[in-house]
Amino acid sequence: MADKILAVLEQREGSLKKVSFEAASVALNLANQLGMQAEAVVVGNDINNLNEISKYGISKLTHLKHELLSNYSPSAYSDTLASFAKETDAQILIFPNTAMGVDLAPRIAVKLNAGIVMDCMKLEIIDKDVIATRPVYAGKALIEVKLNSQTKIFTVRPNVFKPQLVNSASTQVEVKQVENPNLKTRVTAFKKSEGKLDVAEADIIVSGGRGMKGPENFHLIEELAEVLGGAVGASRAVVDAGWRPHREQVGQTGKTVSPSLYIACGISGAIQHLAGMSSSKYIVAINKDKDAPIFNVADYGIAGDVFEILPALTEEIRKIKS
Amino acid sequence: MKIAVCISQVPDTATRIKIGSDHKSIDPNGVTYIINPYDEFAIEEALKTKEKIGGDSIVYVISVGDDSVKETLRKALAMGADEAVLLKSSSAKDSIGIAKALAEEIKSLGCELVFCGKQSVDYDSGITGQLIAEMLDYNCVSVVVDFKLEGNKITAEREIEGGREVVETELPAVITAQKGLNEPRYASLKGIMAAKKKIIAEKPAVDSSSFTEILDMHLPPSKQPGRILGTDKSAVPELVRLLREEAKVI
Ligand SMILES: Cc1cc2nc3c(=O)[nH]c(=O)nc-3n(C[C@H](O)[C@H](O)[C@H](O)COP(=O)(O)OP(=O)(O)OC[C@H]3O[C@@H](n4cnc5c(N)ncnc54)[C@H](O)[C@@H]3O)c2cc1C
Repeated sequence: MADKILAVLEQREGSLKKVSFEAASVALNLANQLGMQAEAVVVGNDINNLNEISKYGISKLTHLKHELLSNYSPSAYSDTLASFAKETDAQILIFPNTAMGVDLAPRIAVKLNAGIVMDCMKLEIIDKDVIATRPVYAGKALIEVKLNSQTKIFTVRPNVFKPQLVNSASTQVEVKQVENPNLKTRVTAFKKSEGKLDVAEADIIVSGGRGMKGPENFHLIEELAEVLGGAVGASRAVVDAGWRPHREQVGQTGKTVSPSLYIACGISGAIQHLAGMSSSKYIVAINKDKDAPIFNVADYGIAGDVFEILPALTEEIRKIKS
Repeated sequence: MKIAVCISQVPDTATRIKIGSDHKSIDPNGVTYIINPYDEFAIEEALKTKEKIGGDSIVYVISVGDDSVKETLRKALAMGADEAVLLKSSSAKDSIGIAKALAEEIKSLGCELVFCGKQSVDYDSGITGQLIAEMLDYNCVSVVVDFKLEGNKITAEREIEGGREVVETELPAVITAQKGLNEPRYASLKGIMAAKKKIIAEKPAVDSSSFTEILDMHLPPSKQPGRILGTDKSAVPELVRLLREEAKVI
């Protein structure tokens, strides 16, 4: 039997998340190049969209199920997944580089005596080795690394690897009941934040900086994010001023993001901010100072007043969307 | 109780990174080093915990690195940590190698509670705390923005996409600190003076082979400076057209 690559899928509140399909596509793609077999695994209780995985060409999905595992439990999920990976003798494991993936993957690395590379933005095969490219120093530099361990773990940055639809046979879903999950560490509640979408997950981000002048003006950012179906981001200056919550901070000491579109409004483009967003596919800057460093990384810019531009931009996009 | 804080030293975040001549690491010339920003939250939480539980608790700060790290350890001592340990290693280690060295020391010191920064802003992997916990078979909560310890019981909130998870566990445990957990204190003059007399123990870091091989380090492809489309709202329709037709992102 061919060696296995295992995509570890992520479910929250009973649904597989988009990052799961990204991880599945990465696994399939590597498996095809290496002559290996891609499978997927997920831990949870009832999951309503398991069959969606079949669109991504994964031949087998194992659902490790227990009623106490609908929420994440670091101890139970890591034990369950590590023993499953051992059973299936998986050589390579792919996780999404999400809050859950970052928490879980290193624990499993220790349990499997595996090497691990986090936050990969590119995985390519050279001479039968997986070469991973990942950012360091918050994206100010990139490294190419290779793992020399028997078992290898890679986590992949959300939004970078697009899920690829495959027209092929269906997925065999096998449900395995988990026995006595280890709940030494358990999630007892989830406090949803009022923001609709998290910057770490969004494909479009509209960020505001000190140029927005005050928290009362952020509705202009929120409205643009809303018409675009995007998330609201912020510079550290406005987070430190208490205008916006820390979870929205983009940058070296906030979140590092790679959306398709990043719109920076009244943000100067300090090196720590650029570090967190310059790998975005397209960057738009709106800043009244035409010499602001943000324009050095922007694809398109308007060197004008956010209070004039933002309402007009929101209006124009609303028009074309309707 | 014995509390450990694992800290690292990183290039100042304002540093413009230059690639070293080996093409595998950065050029250290002209780089100033600071304490990893997330580690300040870890130190603060350790000190707060010690103040709260009182008794004869000890806060150790531990780091893996060369002699230059002493300065950073000294800063942590000035904030109020009691003792420091420098695990000396001249060769580069990957996250697993560093975690092994730290875990070994935490075990020999007998620390039941360990704080780390949630991520070191150099290699940015964000996994050291989880690795240490797993190696020591400790419980672990990562990316923590709220921490409570009552007796043996820990209630922590960790930041995830779209909200916070409330996590319960028990000691012994590793907690990794996220911004928002607390406001790190500044070292007082008295603290700075006292730190000069505190001990920095030096030991060799345990040897371990590394699974990770860095093949190359390079700068990201530089972006062509973009187009400024105008200076007022008359540029908006053109911007929207480009986003739709050229970039195809909306
Ligand atoms: C250790 C450390 C870590 C850091 N980490 C981060 C991080 O993770 N993320 C981060 O963002 N920063 C970080 N910083 C802070 C960073 O150095 C900058 O201070 C910060 O990014 C500046 O935020 P800003 O662009 O909103 O504000 P400013 O630099 O003040 O820029 C405001 C901009 O708004 C423009 N403006 C003003 N009025 C208008 C108007 N009416 N219309 C249009 N434009 C207008 C101005 O021209 C200016 O360019 C960090 C700093 C340190 C020391």
